[in-house]
Amino acid sequence: MSSASPLPRSPTLLGADRSDRIYRSLLTAIAFALPGLIVIILGVLFIEALPALKRFGPSFLWTSTWDPVAEVYGAAPMIFGTFASSLLALLIAVPLALSVAIFLTEFSPRWLRQPVAFLVELLAAIPSVVYGTWGIFVLIPFLRAHVVPPLKAVFGWTPFLQGVFYGNSLLAGGIILAIMIVPYIAAVSREVLLAVPTSQREAALAMGATRWEAVRSAVLPYGRAGLIGAVILGLGRALGETMAVTMLIGNRHDIALSLLQPAYTMAAAIANEFSEATTGMYQSALMEVGLILFVLTVAVNAVARILIWRVARGAAVGSKAL
Amino acid sequence: MNETTAVLESRAYIFWYGPAQALHDISCAIPTNAITALIGPSGCGKTTFLRSINRMHDLTPGVRHSGDIQLDAESIFAPGTDVVALRQRVGMVFQRPNPFPKPVYDNVAYGPRLNVLAPPRELPDRVERALRQAALWDEVKDRLREPGTALSGGQQQRLCIARALANEPEMLLLDEPCSALDPIATQRIEELLVELKQTYTIVIVTHNMQQAARVSDYTGFFYVGHLVEFGTTQQVFTRPTDERTEAYITGRFG
Repeated sequence: MSSASPLPRSPTLLGADRSDRIYRSLLTAIAFALPGLIVIILGVLFIEALPALKRFGPSFLWTSTWDPVAEVYGAAPMIFGTFASSLLALLIAVPLALSVAIFLTEFSPRWLRQPVAFLVELLAAIPSVVYGTWGIFVLIPFLRAHVVPPLKAVFGWTPFLQGVFYGNSLLAGGIILAIMIVPYIAAVSREVLLAVPTSQREAALAMGATRWEAVRSAVLPYGRAGLIGAVILGLGRALGETMAVTMLIGNRHDIALSLLQPAYTMAAAIANEFSEATTGMYQSALMEVGLILFVLTVAVNAVARILIWRVARGAAVGSKAL
Repeated sequence: MNETTAVLESRAYIFWYGPAQALHDISCAIPTNAITALIGPSGCGKTTFLRSINRMHDLTPGVRHSGDIQLDAESIFAPGTDVVALRQRVGMVFQRPNPFPKPVYDNVAYGPRLNVLAPPRELPDRVERALRQAALWDEVKDRLREPGTALSGGQQQRLCIARALANEPEMLLLDEPCSALDPIATQRIEELLVELKQTYTIVIVTHNMQQAARVSDYTGFFYVGHLVEFGTTQQVFTRPTDERTEAYITGRFG
């Protein structure tokens, strides 16, 4: 490669060398442009959020006033709503998705595996706005008629089911999120479980474990890091999901413990209010919300991918001795 | 010790993988408290037969068998047979060491915990006893909290043997347990097997004829799915009755 070579070289070879070099630098530039984009987005968010950062300082994170008229902004309700709806979604989605993954890798008849895995992954292809519409016309009426009354009858005394259920609520938003993240968690968990060597299952079975005991005591512990990664990946999805949640969560700047009350998420707030953000400080406050959401989702996704990667590479297992 | 008592008897056992017949009419009696070696070229059904004994084929789709295998005069295929109990009585050690990515202690305690063989306070004693039986105790007694996967290959295989022994089996099946190990680790395991036959009935599949000659009391020679010859190791190796056996053990094929 070095042009300092004292040996005479034919012009054609030199030419080939040059075009090679141009091609390579072009590809290198493109390859660096994508991570560069992340840095640029982060930079823009930061610069645009700077006025709000300066004015409200860290108290932006824990104050609840969101008053465009008085130009006072605090994001606590949407930060709370983002986490509350995502955790509710995980609570519902994780058992479902893990059951699907365990069934498909360990118990299902062979011919059923591909079709079911395919259909579950297809859930991820449905546009978010369709989930939102389905939520409004099917899920909310169903919840109102068949789910909330019995829930209230049994758990009505807890702080989580206070107030009247009007439809748009943390509960509706959390459930729609759960349905949307099931395919991601199920697909990744399935990959993780498939990566668990047969020898581990056989070891457990040969010791007199039943199929389920082998899953519980050998397969799941072996894939634990990857399964946690799958769940965190689902969390990352849930934190950033916008459209369907915006349509169902009620969009109210308020912290309420009750699942039946409307709430707000960071993503929903940005989507709803950006067109109304006329003043500089309003825009800047939304940018700061975006910055928080960006950092949060990037961090969550990074952790998830590292965990999954470790299982897939066998690094979490340490069979280096062989 | 009566060496002629058979703990395991195979009667006209036939096995198919889908349309391919892997075992033809296997009949033999595995004597108790002895080491029986199954030898033969690759793909001749040794492992298939071994894995039939603790019904590991139950999980393989598309297989079937006929004939019978009896453990202590009871068919292991009889309807209502408790496969879990069968596998507890017939332990297995695989070709490649497959310890769980758990601490050494938990690897050995796996069986006793799973099958509730002992109250928790007796577990430490049991783990120590199994590790001593597997000649691993001195090497790992200060490393019981380290993952079993952090041990060397030979230690991992002895850990797998300890794990099988802690389950209190009557019989131990070993599928080429030394094929992934170096000669020194192999020698340790061979010495170990000779000690263990005082207490257990051992069946070992091996490609290594020297190994079969060194450690076993009985030898079965498998060839293309047939059990060509079965007898005392001394007889099979010095006066084989079948010319294919002779050809194999003298190294003319395989």
